Amino acid sequence: MSSTTAPPVIVTDKLTKRFGQFVACNELTFQVSKGEIFGFLGANGAGKTTAMRMLCGLLKPSSGKAAIAGFDVYTQTEKIKRSIGYMSQKFSLYDDLTVSENIRFYAGIYGMSIPQIKSKTAQLLQELELEKEAKTLVSDLPLGWKQKLSFSVSIVHEPDIVFLDEPTGGVDPVTRRQFWDLIYHAADRGVTIFVTTHYMDEAEYCNRVSIMVDGVIAALDSPTNLKQQFGLDNMEDVFYQLARNAKRKAD
Amino acid sequence: MITLSNIKKTYNKGEVTALKDISFSVGKGELFGLIGPDGAGKTSLFRILTTLLLPDAGDATVNNFDIRKDYRQIRSSVGYMPGRFSLYQDLTVEENLNFFATVFGTTIKENYDLIKDIYQQIEPFKDRRAGKLSGGMKQKLALSCALIHKPSVLFLDEPTTGVDVVSRKEFWTMLKKLKQEGITILVSTPYMDEANLCDRIALIQKGEILSIDKPDGIIRSFPTDLYAVRGTNTHKLLQNIRNYKDTTTCFAFGDSLHVTLSSDPQTLLTYLHDKGHTDAVIEKTQPTIEDCFIQLLKN
Repeated sequence: MSSTTAPPVIVTDKLTKRFGQFVACNELTFQVSKGEIFGFLGANGAGKTTAMRMLCGLLKPSSGKAAIAGFDVYTQTEKIKRSIGYMSQKFSLYDDLTVSENIRFYAGIYGMSIPQIKSKTAQLLQELELEKEAKTLVSDLPLGWKQKLSFSVSIVHEPDIVFLDEPTGGVDPVTRRQFWDLIYHAADRGVTIFVTTHYMDEAEYCNRVSIMVDGVIAALDSPTNLKQQFGLDNMEDVFYQLARNAKRKAD
Repeated sequence: MITLSNIKKTYNKGEVTALKDISFSVGKGELFGLIGPDGAGKTSLFRILTTLLLPDAGDATVNNFDIRKDYRQIRSSVGYMPGRFSLYQDLTVEENLNFFATVFGTTIKENYDLIKDIYQQIEPFKDRRAGKLSGGMKQKLALSCALIHKPSVLFLDEPTTGVDVVSRKEFWTMLKKLKQEGITILVSTPYMDEANLCDRIALIQKGEILSIDKPDGIIRSFPTDLYAVRGTNTHKLLQNIRNYKDTTTCFAFGDSLHVTLSSDPQTLLTYLHDKGHTDAVIEKTQPTIEDCFIQLLKN
């Protein structure tokens, strides 16, 4: 989906978070459109996690504005939480529940009805080719399957936006690409994807990419334009150029 | 410096095979990479070589010491940086380093030269508790602790996982320096692009070695021509190429698609033009280690 014509679903204006004297995020201003795949990159300690927590309605900003799916990050955090999905490598599925129990659990949390949950479960199991594994404990699934299931569960309630925090760590290169197929598929259906990653080739798969350094957005554009702007061949070199002089890499 | 012959390891009374039949050796001063995803068996291999785990079958030596009989000698002559951060979180940076030096019967002062370049970067924070450090700093402290007794062999299990590009580059620069000191290094990583920084690599998946060679040797053995295809709508391009009758493989690689074909690329280009990709470009390209890994997985 084109990023310029679709309506924005994330809008921030000088969004700032201070912890005492420390400015974790300093006046972040950007927009993300419906159906866009937006790469949110930055060095360790640059302020990505703090920014994500504010956008998800989990952390109150110190100043500035932000609207997520049209809801205000100060006053409408519960509505934001219903409109977004979230997946990280660390927290995702319950190991001692089966595949279908996990789907039922998350769908239930988001208030879906029993018939809705039934049809959604059938649909997901088919899409993921996990029909035979419906009654398998998640702990017995290979990591790659867990990640795919975890992503599908994070969008089970058909949110406007899904936040993916380093979703593809640790899997083989084929599985990593299958995961991106799922991302593309969701984006084609109009789900906005907000993703962080340390794999710089994945930055190239995004429509646009922002790179945070020391609490500010140091660059934001399509990968093609960024490479052109910096006169470099790939996103890894662009990232390196911007982040290598970061003062905060030591936290 | 390191030899393995027919090493096998299973868990859960043989239900889960971690290592099938692993044999290879690493020479003195070599920087050897184990490249593979989670579950490939990398950590089991490290634990066997550092004498923390016994194999079901097979033999291995480190520094000519046997992993079963001579575990004491091995433990005192190697450095090990496990994948999970395993320093004492509630000791400070300096306390951790001091602890490891003392355990190995040495002092920070005695081997300061070896760790100087690395430790100096975290020395300003030497009174901070290890648990409060950032990922990149923890990594540097763990490496300092693994080096403080001047080991002849260094085992590094996924030292760069989860750290950003800048820290990863710095880390590999440090490894090159340690190699120049004559230290033998066995390092594992899930990042295929780091393979090129090793002298030799083993590509490993599900307990089996898929290939073992110098990085450029692995690249040269890629069995067919590889083409890079670029166009404006990459996702549509990917779908169209996958549905093309002569496509053998097609995977996204950064800003292009890497494709292998059973016919000539010109015909593919015509097909893509017909599908509306009027700006599509096809050119022959050099495979990367990741291309080779994918190719080997297919077999």
